Amino acid sequence: MTTPLVELRGVYRTFVKDRQTIPVLQDVNLSVQPNEILCLVGESGCGKTTTGKIIVGLLEASAGEVLIQGKPRSAYRRAEQAQLRRDYQIVHQDPFASLNPAHTIEQILSFPLLRHKLVKSRAELRRRIWELLTMVDLTPPGDIVNKYPHQLSGGQRQRVSIARTLTVQPRLIVADEAVSMVDVSIRIGILKMLHRLRDEFGMAIVFITHDLALAKYFAWRGRIGVMYLGRVVELGPTPHVIGQPAHPYTRALLQAVPEADPDVTRRKQPMRLRSDDIPRLTAIPPGCAFHPRCPFYVGRVCDVHVPHLDVAEGFAQQVACIPVQQGQLRPYIDEQAGG
Amino acid sequence: MSEVILSVRNLSVSYLARRGRVRAVSNVSFELHAGETLAFIGESGCGKSTLNLALIRTLPKTGQIDSGTMIYTRRDGQQIDVLKLNKQEHRRWLWSECSMVFQGALNSLNPVIRISDMIYDTAAAHGIPREDARKQALDLLEKVRLDPQRVFNSYPHELSGGMRQRVLLAISLLLRPQIVIMDEPTTAVDILTQRSILDVLKELRRELNFSVLFISHDLAVAAEIADRIATMYAGEIVEIGPVEEIFYRPRHAYTLALLDAAPRLSAGAEELHSIPGSPPDLIMPPPGCKFHERCAFAVASCHTTPPPLRPTHDAACHLVACTESERVLAAQRKIMRQ
Repeated sequence: MTTPLVELRGVYRTFVKDRQTIPVLQDVNLSVQPNEILCLVGESGCGKTTTGKIIVGLLEASAGEVLIQGKPRSAYRRAEQAQLRRDYQIVHQDPFASLNPAHTIEQILSFPLLRHKLVKSRAELRRRIWELLTMVDLTPPGDIVNKYPHQLSGGQRQRVSIARTLTVQPRLIVADEAVSMVDVSIRIGILKMLHRLRDEFGMAIVFITHDLALAKYFAWRGRIGVMYLGRVVELGPTPHVIGQPAHPYTRALLQAVPEADPDVTRRKQPMRLRSDDIPRLTAIPPGCAFHPRCPFYVGRVCDVHVPHLDVAEGFAQQVACIPVQQGQLRPYIDEQAGG
Repeated sequence: MSEVILSVRNLSVSYLARRGRVRAVSNVSFELHAGETLAFIGESGCGKSTLNLALIRTLPKTGQIDSGTMIYTRRDGQQIDVLKLNKQEHRRWLWSECSMVFQGALNSLNPVIRISDMIYDTAAAHGIPREDARKQALDLLEKVRLDPQRVFNSYPHELSGGMRQRVLLAISLLLRPQIVIMDEPTTAVDILTQRSILDVLKELRRELNFSVLFISHDLAVAAEIADRIATMYAGEIVEIGPVEEIFYRPRHAYTLALLDAAPRLSAGAEELHSIPGSPPDLIMPPPGCKFHERCAFAVASCHTTPPPLRPTHDAACHLVACTESERVLAAQRKIMRQ
């Protein structure tokens, strides 16, 4: 097996707010292989963005190990660390906020190229910028270079953001809700472009989203990790997680999502949860954090023991649910999904 | 089909911008029947929100209604043109006949007063006794699956996003309006919260039988709760019909393109397509069909002559503004077979 680009081992992350310690991530174990697509899904506050930021090194873990190509970041020399920062890039959600409104697109793209001395001359700089804009399908580049962000549509701006990450030829890109603010009609184009860039440059992509259908589409040949209240509760190949979900939380999500198909969506039978409310991060329930809502809850097991992500009989994916791991919850196949 | 309670004819709305007049809604006509849910779908900027702001006459200062009528039928059968009501009459019409639920519940609730006071204020403005309003509100809060006593006395910040959205839903029904306008009511909420809001909405609709004008860019939500769908593009309704017709037998190239860009969980590996280009400039809209620049089916006449909205051959309730609708339908059949 190749060395993963990033490996999180038992990662914890806490934030302090109003003198209260909030555990945002607890015991997260994940790795990203070169050229892989990994999708992190979950509801707001589940820790998916924090995980993404730890992967690119924008945040540090409070406890646990983060291995970058097999070694902790601190084991690298200064120059190597600078290279690592270039190798791991992030695309943020809001293309209105992430591009400086006072700079032209040409300036936005030239800063990283100049800062990292990736071009040797004015002519090369210009050539490289045109090349980058062509890569993200902003053609003809001549129409774009002198524009300011406000003159572009949301989709075009997000393409500029992606082009900016490509300036430093990263090995991994975290796309954090990168198409959530873009119109439905244009989303697929950006996702296809990310697929193509990944194939062309051999990058890995960590795609963070709350939209399960989008995750399914984007990561069909990759893996999905489902997060709930700071933990990864299910992790495995996308067709398995979507078609044959193991964790009760994943099942609840899949059954709750409306589908763009009137017959299918009206035939769905949403799972009746024991409680509709997500617990606060400051009061995470003991044992399995999902147990107060879980219809398959087993007393004196789920409320006592914290389940760890592990294999379970009958499933291709890993799951953090004790009843499933013990074979008490049978594989469930949604007759509508997985077709 | 049940009686028509709202009939909008040739409604046009524009905004004054520095560069000129933005024709945000042009010549829109539709009917809303008693007890039905009509969903407007389309990309941002297609005019679906403007249309609904015009219906409740809360356009921003730069916006104006250029033409059109909006005939509303009261419960007693009396018909009124909402656009001709004076300020006082219109204020009374709002909430007692037509209410609205906006996206982002936090912005719609006053942060410094309790839910109970909002309810009392609304009731007082419409001459409803306090005690009646309280009873009604507690009953509705229970119906939207909230703990009535607790929520009634809360401030908005004490409630979660999903709870707030359900409070708004309850308040919108306080005066038993015939129409509720909902602008992206589940857009900013999580999956399980969205599910509980949709379920509550469906229950309430069954029980209280109001009509809903639902605005969403989310085809999945529309597929689930709408009886009829109207596709909007560049300020016009380009297709309108029963939900099954629109999803399974779309006749407009734009509707087909939208469906072809929406991923489905149940579909396995999918081949999806984006719509090329971007929506037209509504200050200088293109001649002919406004979609022709992005359309895979466009023929010469699309560039010059705007196609009228007219019934399809096999379904009179399904209207489409596309001269190539037969080719669109054939293409849809091909996609379905794959």
